[in-house]
Amino acid sequence: MKKVLVILLLAVVGFYISETFFDIGFGNSHFVNNEVIKPVKDTYLQQTVQELKVANTVTSIVVNFRGFDTLGEVTVLFLSVTALGSILYKRRHHVGDRSVLFSASSIVTAGSKLLFPAIVLLGTYVFIHGHLSPGGGFQGGVIIATGFLLMLLAYENYSVSHTNLAIVESLAGVTFAGVGLLGFVYGEQGTFLENFLPSGVLNDLFSGGVIPIIYIAVGFKVAAELTGVIYTVLNEKGEQNG
Amino acid sequence: MIAFILISVLLVLMIAAAIYAVVQKDLLYAVIATGIISLVLSILFYLLQAPDVALTEATIGVALTTIIFVITIRNTERMEVEADKEENIKSTKK
Amino acid sequence: MDSTYFQYLDYAIYGSAVLVILIGLYAALVKKSLLKIVLGLSIMEAGVNLLFVALGYLKGGTAPIFSDGYDPSQVMVDPVPQALVLTAIVIGFGVTAVALSLVIRLWRHHHTLYIDEIKNLKW
Repeated sequence: MKKVLVILLLAVVGFYISETFFDIGFGNSHFVNNEVIKPVKDTYLQQTVQELKVANTVTSIVVNFRGFDTLGEVTVLFLSVTALGSILYKRRHHVGDRSVLFSASSIVTAGSKLLFPAIVLLGTYVFIHGHLSPGGGFQGGVIIATGFLLMLLAYENYSVSHTNLAIVESLAGVTFAGVGLLGFVYGEQGTFLENFLPSGVLNDLFSGGVIPIIYIAVGFKVAAELTGVIYTVLNEKGEQNG
Repeated sequence: MIAFILISVLLVLMIAAAIYAVVQKDLLYAVIATGIISLVLSILFYLLQAPDVALTEATIGVALTTIIFVITIRNTERMEVEADKEENIKSTKK
Repeated sequence: MDSTYFQYLDYAIYGSAVLVILIGLYAALVKKSLLKIVLGLSIMEAGVNLLFVALGYLKGGTAPIFSDGYDPSQVMVDPVPQALVLTAIVIGFGVTAVALSLVIRLWRHHHTLYIDEIKNLKW
């Protein structure tokens, strides 16, 4: 009886959603070229190249034009990692007391020692060049966390100091908010998160004002946070059931 | 013509993986099917001309979500137990 | 080729995104194991992100990255939905992580993941 009611509800919801979207059409220009959406899109595309001199439009929207939402997203990620750490609370922290019981085979241990510097280098490249090619702080930070996950799964007694991770994460968050507050002092209009450094030439590494600085801070913060999450979850010693 | 066939195959694969993830009782296989959904989604984002979103979905959806689910399964149970309600309730009222 | 190709595609991409949302919602409403419910939430978020990015596509458009300089005659896809979906993917991962930590904590206390039984044992 419950399943019949659920399927009926899903059919009604699905019918109304899909009817709206089939009306809009896919790839049609009459939806994007009406008088509300077209000015916003054209203004963003034009100002990105001519005023900010940044090549990647999505980066300039995320960091500069809608930068306050990114500050909110970084706060939500920080809150969720804190909640996870405090729910899985343990009294004592033994080294080597982990879910993974045995060390991996010798191919995995030898290979991961070679791959780890390459993965960290790739992640650093992605978040430094966030304003020139696809990429940015979030993508690069997650790639670095994946590198740490590889080392944690291959070796039995590899450990990362939780204190160092907390220090890096807090300093990066303070840098983001601090650069925003400097916009009050040095900016022309005196608003929060304003771009006060000079923008250089298009496709240069030092172009775009404060955008590379903010994205590097976000990259460090996300990498430290996600490594902390993986380390907390791996140290859960549940009961042994195969 | 090639793009037409490629997109059709990817969409059918995505729906098949979603149905498999919901129906299967062995939870480890369901988690891997969710990883396949994220992989197909990342290729579709690239074909819709959105490379930033494709990078983000490929790393977060495939690597991190799968590893967190697998560690949770290792600490709890592996098979989804839905069989006899009476037996399950009686077994804990010892 | 153009008109039939795009007519088929607009039913296909929107239709399969809505289908994936409905499958995830079914798993979250009907299933009785806590891990399956969280898995359904994760599948639903994937469908919603696909629906959103497919909304900003333009025929013959390219990615919004200016590698060669500014060319006003080139058609580019809409960059605003892509910026919103970037945030949504990261927050979706945060929600899944907190939900799974609650599942581990409930297992430590009740030793079962079957919600009818957790509702029956009062304390």
